[in-house]
Amino acid sequence: MTAPTTWRPRLADGTAPVLAVLAVLLVALAFAGPAYSEPAGYLALLKRAAPLVLLAIGQYFVIVSGGFDLSVGSLVTAEVVIAARLIEGDDANTPWVIVLLLGFGLLVGLVNGLITTKLLVPSFIVTLGMLLILDGAVFLWTGGAPRGALSPSFRVFGRGGVDLPVLGHLPWSVVILLAVLVAAVLFMRGGTGRTLVAVGDNENAVRLAGGRVDRLKVLAFVLSGLLAALAAILLGGFAGVSAQVGEGLEFRAITAVVLGGVLLGGGRGSVVAAAAGALTLEALFSLLNLLGVAGALESAVQGVIIIAAVAYAALGVNPRLALRSRAGPPEPARRQSPPHKENR
Amino acid sequence: MALAALLVVGSILVGLQGGVLLDQGGILNILTRSTVLGLVAVGQTIVIISGSLDLSVAYLVGLCSLVAAETMAGSDGMMLPGVLLALAVAAVVGLVNGLVVTVLKVNAFIATLGVALILRGYLEQNYTGPAGSVPRAFQHLGFDRIGPVPIGVLLMLLVAALAWWYLKRTRGGYHTYAVGGDVDVARLSGVRTGRTIVTAHVLCAVAAGLAGVFLASRLGSGAPYVGTDAGYDLESIAAVVLGGTALAGGRGGVVGTIGGVLILATLDTVFDDLAVDPFFKDVVRGIVLIVAVALYARRKHSRRSA
Repeated sequence: MTAPTTWRPRLADGTAPVLAVLAVLLVALAFAGPAYSEPAGYLALLKRAAPLVLLAIGQYFVIVSGGFDLSVGSLVTAEVVIAARLIEGDDANTPWVIVLLLGFGLLVGLVNGLITTKLLVPSFIVTLGMLLILDGAVFLWTGGAPRGALSPSFRVFGRGGVDLPVLGHLPWSVVILLAVLVAAVLFMRGGTGRTLVAVGDNENAVRLAGGRVDRLKVLAFVLSGLLAALAAILLGGFAGVSAQVGEGLEFRAITAVVLGGVLLGGGRGSVVAAAAGALTLEALFSLLNLLGVAGALESAVQGVIIIAAVAYAALGVNPRLALRSRAGPPEPARRQSPPHKENR
Repeated sequence: MALAALLVVGSILVGLQGGVLLDQGGILNILTRSTVLGLVAVGQTIVIISGSLDLSVAYLVGLCSLVAAETMAGSDGMMLPGVLLALAVAAVVGLVNGLVVTVLKVNAFIATLGVALILRGYLEQNYTGPAGSVPRAFQHLGFDRIGPVPIGVLLMLLVAALAWWYLKRTRGGYHTYAVGGDVDVARLSGVRTGRTIVTAHVLCAVAAGLAGVFLASRLGSGAPYVGTDAGYDLESIAAVVLGGTALAGGRGGVVGTIGGVLILATLDTVFDDLAVDPFFKDVVRGIVLIVAVALYARRKHSRRSA
């Protein structure tokens, strides 16, 4: 944060802390586990992290535009269960089921977005309702035990990869992840992406400037739904079918985004930082595992670290603001915005 | 209003099945169902009005039920210390929530989620199932009635009344609304915003602690996951919003929240009477939540533009 202002715009506010934490974690990993002394270990980490990173990117779009998407976890579960049921272990079914899954993710995102913008329901409630609906529907449909099976060609996205000369085994999920990340960065650099951030910062200003606020918000939810579908495809291949596969992922994705310094309430933060936040979380889990921290304590440690990291990011900015306001004309102090400032 | 409509529709549906929804027993049934969620949601209301939010209540309910039951350990003499200790633990957790939000400037969503994770780690590390036991005398709290009305319902109404009094009749309450409406304006008007938010969190946690104590009395022991199994974190927020309190803070009240809780409880009762698949209940609950808030938003919107 003490970097010269000339390159600050390129590394958006709040990105530096998460990258520092990530770097520390990666170094710690290298000391803790022999697997992390070579690229393969890190590739495996990336592969494990891919679904969460995808979800975090999707969540970023929604959060930066001033909303929330609590439905992604249950959407992932629903997608995996639907996939298993429809594919029934038959390779021939894979292509159209994948299309269907992406379509379903898109549809759920569209519904979330339309209800938020047209019916003026806070997105927290819309997506909470959607969470209940999807969870209930999945259990209703399966009776608690998902049936069917995924086909080998479906699972290849989550498990398989190509062998390259230098890197060794390159998992498909990492390729997909990188592609999505690059696309997301390009999108955020473009006009639409910039306007999306502006919507999160000040919706009315964008509206008065002629921006299509509603359409942008819907777009954010649709992207989140699509990426959740993609994450489900990877996760289904990686972890297999269960009715719990997506449990808690929504909170994890939101945590990752906030860890990346993205402001809840919208208007600030970069997509790369959100992705880095997800990677940090996953690196943290790996490290705790390697250190032999018991599963139960893991969540406690996670809680402490999340609070500490976010507090560090929040407080790290403040002294600078204080200094500046004493020295010169005060920078309009951003108030710690409440998480939900849409549609009062 | 929504509650009235729901009651009518519910009565008709249940009536068609040959039952009666709204006789004395039915009303009491609905009220009894609302007790625990009501306690949690009343606390949640205060926090949300202050512009914050508490996601740690579900684990806190479980924790407090354990603290109460283990302290009592079946002996009559330890009843009061057990209750007090459970509430004290709750107050401390609330204090931590509040301080993390105000002093460390962590967004409430993340702060309370982090505290929830810490509580969860503690619970999972130390408990695998129910523990402790409450003396028979203490179970009176959960099962006895005064006249026709269960003590639990009275407890909930009492807590709701206290919260109402705090919010509408005390300086702290006015400040809570002011802080939730606009932190900066409140601060510039001389309100100690930090203290107000911390107080809100402590009150919310104590209410959740009471819910835990009540559950301990009802179950006869402490249970680590009673709160999370019932989803009290999101459910209480849903009830608050259903009751017309703005998630952004600054507007709403306890009366609406109790209405919201009653709506959810009525829904449950109607579905039980109709013997609807429990998973279908979740689906409908989600739809009702969205529709109710949509109607509310629409009414507010049209009133504003009119």
